[in-house]
Amino acid sequence: MFLIQCPWCGERAETEFSYGGEAGIVRPLEPDALSDAEWADYLFNRTNLRGAYKELWNHAQGCRRWFGVERDTVTYKIEGSYELPSGRAGKGA
Amino acid sequence: MKEYSAFSLLRHAASHNRNWRRAWRSPEPRRRYDVIIVGGGGHGLATAYYLAKEHGVRNIAVLEKDWIGGGNTGRNTTIVRSNYLCPESSLLYEKSLKLWEGLSQDLNYNVMFSQRGVYNLGHSLQDMRDIERRVSANRLNGIDAEVVTVAQIKKAIPLINTSPTARYPILGASLQRRAGVARHDAVAWGFARAADARGVDIIEQCRVTGVNRDGGKVTGVETTRGTIHSDKIGIVVAGNASVLAAMAGMRLPIQSHPLQAFVSEPLKRVLDTVVMSGAVHGYISQSDKGDLVIGAGIDAYTGYGQRGSFQTIEHTMAAIIQLFPTFSRVRMLRMWGGIVDICPDACPIIGKTSVDGLYFNCGWGTGGFKATPGSGWTFAHTIAKDEPHELNAPFSLERFISGALIDEHGAAAVAH
Repeated sequence: MFLIQCPWCGERAETEFSYGGEAGIVRPLEPDALSDAEWADYLFNRTNLRGAYKELWNHAQGCRRWFGVERDTVTYKIEGSYELPSGRAGKGA
Repeated sequence: MKEYSAFSLLRHAASHNRNWRRAWRSPEPRRRYDVIIVGGGGHGLATAYYLAKEHGVRNIAVLEKDWIGGGNTGRNTTIVRSNYLCPESSLLYEKSLKLWEGLSQDLNYNVMFSQRGVYNLGHSLQDMRDIERRVSANRLNGIDAEVVTVAQIKKAIPLINTSPTARYPILGASLQRRAGVARHDAVAWGFARAADARGVDIIEQCRVTGVNRDGGKVTGVETTRGTIHSDKIGIVVAGNASVLAAMAGMRLPIQSHPLQAFVSEPLKRVLDTVVMSGAVHGYISQSDKGDLVIGAGIDAYTGYGQRGSFQTIEHTMAAIIQLFPTFSRVRMLRMWGGIVDICPDACPIIGKTSVDGLYFNCGWGTGGFKATPGSGWTFAHTIAKDEPHELNAPFSLERFISGALIDEHGAAAVAH
């Protein structure tokens, strides 16, 4: 278990959070303009990085807000948390 | 290869077991191979074995970054079954189960495949409906399956808690009698030895650091032991699939998660079958050595660290004690984590890629061990013929573009 810094509530146990996967995935503005392969890339493909990874977490049992975390996926060390840019949820920092 | 037999055991016993030969060679890598398999787990070794045996490919290398059997092949709960819901997956896993049934003889290595049956418990009316449906689907696909009642479960597994007042009462189960367990290390060693005997070079301590391409086709790999050339490269690296894909300039629909498993102190025989429950989310069997082998679900986050979180351990133990209250006093001996490659539809990818000569076999997620021989068999066919066998054709990377997913999530007898 690790401790995660919620930008609003401070450091809390991992069990209070739910995981949202890779950060910075932007929904295409015009899905109709995409090929099937491009749409599949948005929908299914993930960077799935080994190492420093930007990801989304939700403070599900706290303030219930989404935020970004940079975490190493091998050592599980958390480099820091950040608020997502307002009005652009999922865009990442 | 010297055949293993009862006679060879006696002969070596007479010489105090001092003269056993290495089960496989430790060759220096050559500069060029006809086929390179990246990943010396069970699937990779099985692929090399069937390439040599079924397709007559003579010049094969298996590159392993650490040692044989040190990854997920040695880090699972060894359950083998084929009672999947969808026709595509049930046929693939059934092919594998059929290979398991003759594997010890085929490899001349005792993989200790024990068809002790697998019970998948139902805890609610909907669970039982799903079980009826899955059992019927299995039988239509020629796979043995039956629905059993609580009384039958209690008779077969005396220690199980069938109290109607349990938090998740047991209402019945599906039973696949041909399912069971196998000795995971023996599977890796047996395939390694049998592949080596057919001339496959198994190169341990050889990490792939780059995939070389010439335009749209592969030309070889960069490794920690130099450049190795080949026109055909099969990548079977489980949790590290995305890392290898990135080296080849590709992205995969895969997320890597830790999956933990546990063994207890050895006990006398208390459980002679395999019990799985999707609702309380745990599975348990007892190894031939006597330790309880326990597993459950993945840790929620992406992780390559080969370890998971404590709350997952707690959750797993809670699930097992729910099913077997007696085991609350059993002490756990060891725990470990493997890195599983989860696909969006909980089904593997076995096939060609957009790069000529580059093949991927990944996405087995939490259930790859049972598929070891079938995965190798179909992947070998795919590499040798440069086209998939009909069994693995539905499991192409293309399905994520066409939309023809094989929706095993929540249907495969246990939650993933």
